[in-house]
Amino acid sequence: MDQLTAVWEWFMMESTWRGSGIDPGILVRVYEHMSMSLQAVALAALLVLPIGLYIGHTRRWEFAAISIGNFGRALPSFGILGITFFITTALDVPGILGFWATFTALFLLAIPPILTNTYVGIKGVDADTIEAARGMGMTEREILTRLEIPLAAPLIVAGIRLATVQVVATATLGAVVAWGGLGRYIVDGLARGNDVLLLGGAILVALLAIVTEVAFGVLERIAAPRLTSQKKRVVAGSRSGQLGPAA
Amino acid sequence: MTGDVMISLKNVSKVFDSAEGSAAVHDLSMDIVRGETVVLVGPSGCGKTTTMKMINRLVEPTSGEITVNGTDVMKQDPVELRRGIGYVIQSIGLMPHRTIAQNIATVPELLKWDATKVKQRVAELSDILELDEALLGRYPNELSGGQRQRVGVARALAVDPPVMLMDEPFGAVDPIVRERLQDQFLDLQDRLKKTIVFVTHDIDEAIKMADRIAILNRGGVIEQFASPEEILRSPANDFVKQFVGVERGLKRLALLKVSQIGIEEGPVVSPEAPIRDAERAMEKFDYDWCSVVEDGELLGWVDRESLGGCLTVAEAQARPFSAYVTHDSTLREALDSIVTSRTQVAVVASGGQRYVGILSLERISKEIIS
Ligand SMILES: Nc1ncnc2c1ncn2[C@@H]1O[C@H](COP(=O)(O)OP(=O)(O)O)[C@@H](O)[C@H]1O
Ligand SMILES: [Mg+2]
Repeated sequence: MDQLTAVWEWFMMESTWRGSGIDPGILVRVYEHMSMSLQAVALAALLVLPIGLYIGHTRRWEFAAISIGNFGRALPSFGILGITFFITTALDVPGILGFWATFTALFLLAIPPILTNTYVGIKGVDADTIEAARGMGMTEREILTRLEIPLAAPLIVAGIRLATVQVVATATLGAVVAWGGLGRYIVDGLARGNDVLLLGGAILVALLAIVTEVAFGVLERIAAPRLTSQKKRVVAGSRSGQLGPAA
Repeated sequence: MTGDVMISLKNVSKVFDSAEGSAAVHDLSMDIVRGETVVLVGPSGCGKTTTMKMINRLVEPTSGEITVNGTDVMKQDPVELRRGIGYVIQSIGLMPHRTIAQNIATVPELLKWDATKVKQRVAELSDILELDEALLGRYPNELSGGQRQRVGVARALAVDPPVMLMDEPFGAVDPIVRERLQDQFLDLQDRLKKTIVFVTHDIDEAIKMADRIAILNRGGVIEQFASPEEILRSPANDFVKQFVGVERGLKRLALLKVSQIGIEEGPVVSPEAPIRDAERAMEKFDYDWCSVVEDGELLGWVDRESLGGCLTVAEAQARPFSAYVTHDSTLREALDSIVTSRTQVAVVASGGQRYVGILSLERISKEIIS
């Protein structure tokens, strides 16, 4: 109980938020954490969405999408970070210590859920609907943009949600390789035997993950196509997790 | 068949990559005349769908030539080609996230028609296909199967294409709805005069819808290509005979009109005539009843029993026929009238109650055997 009171008091101090000395404070740490996470996810999405759309639409290279999906689930986040840290150090990559190692690991981690969900979402659009559309004279691009993407949108957004939540959680590990973010509190707390820091950091990371999850839930509802004239909408595919490989 | 050819397939073959050399369609040739409905019918997997899809290039032929309106389809942009050909499939494939109005407007919108014209066309089509206006704002999953089928046809007709390809378009609805859709479509085709390629595996649907039927065997081999009546009258071979089924005679009866076969004279007597005349008429035809006709108008019938003890036919009180047929009736209707009447023949009348003659079971069966 004493510890909880101490954590509460820690949260109540202005210097905890604004920083003091070499400690930049929670606000800066949250900013670091989120900006790193969102950039990693954005870059992964930019790269992987077109690939997922292509594979889902053409059904070519399906095995690649499936393998990457499986691979991504099997690889431990910590393992990836270890490898990227080793490589960036070996290559003597410039910049803030640990930044590129963390960024690369998060980027790689974001790829599988986005790729799998995009590919499965597009592939899952009813084949007869697509054939009818093609038979009426829709171009492949029109089929993709007017039919496949709108119908797959909730699954695609779900893929990005999964990637983001995972990345936000994993960004905490950046502190292990000397980068900042909210993981700093946990790693420093552990190193110094400071339970208040450790607990405060853990609470912050959990809250951030929850906020991310909720924000994407709203986004998924917005992305869901309207399938009924009734006021109450049928939200297809919302709350679905990452899909297993289709094959 | 005369008239100009709208769709022509010349020695068309299709071998799918995955099919290890066996052709889905082998060396098929067929000319389809402008304005006619050709039905491709045959057992499952015989290549009907493949043949149809080669016309709008959803499947590309391995060899051979297909022309639509004189132009080789392989030399046209497939997208342009398809926008000029209506396409309806069994599962319809309406876009679930678009309203009925938006679904019907798909091709006009692809062609960038202006909004007023699109709206007008959608209203026109929903009128033609008897789609309630209230349905237009709904989504496909809110419609019944029959309604969805009609939306599918409306969508295919949107830009008034001269050619329609229909792959088992009424296959997914229950028999009663199917029959209504078929009748409605026949009415529509009477007015629109499209060139239609219609696929079904149901010979009865083929007989009903077709101007000509192509009966296909495995590998897209045409066993017979002829009018429904001819296929029923003289099936080309055992395959056709078997496919058409055991009720060939009955099915033909449904296609033939009373006016197409000779009507016979029957026993007739006028109401003023003495009983002797009625007896003579009955003897002449070896019947035990006689039609009563006054100035060409059919009053009813009398038999020996009802004439008993009377002086003139009028006294016997002619009884009305419970059923009679006209020139426009089918022989099937005539047959029904025969088997359900006491008199064992169908009485033929025209324009109200004008007596024309009679149609006997013998006469009908002679027509079927010939
Ligand atoms: N895309 C395809 N790939 C490989 N084989 C196919 C394909 N489409 C059809 N076939 C084969 O071609 C034959 C004819 O099929 P289809 O034209 O669909 O028959 P139908 O419509 O008469 O039932 C079948 O043996 C079918 O398995
Ligand atoms: Mg078929």
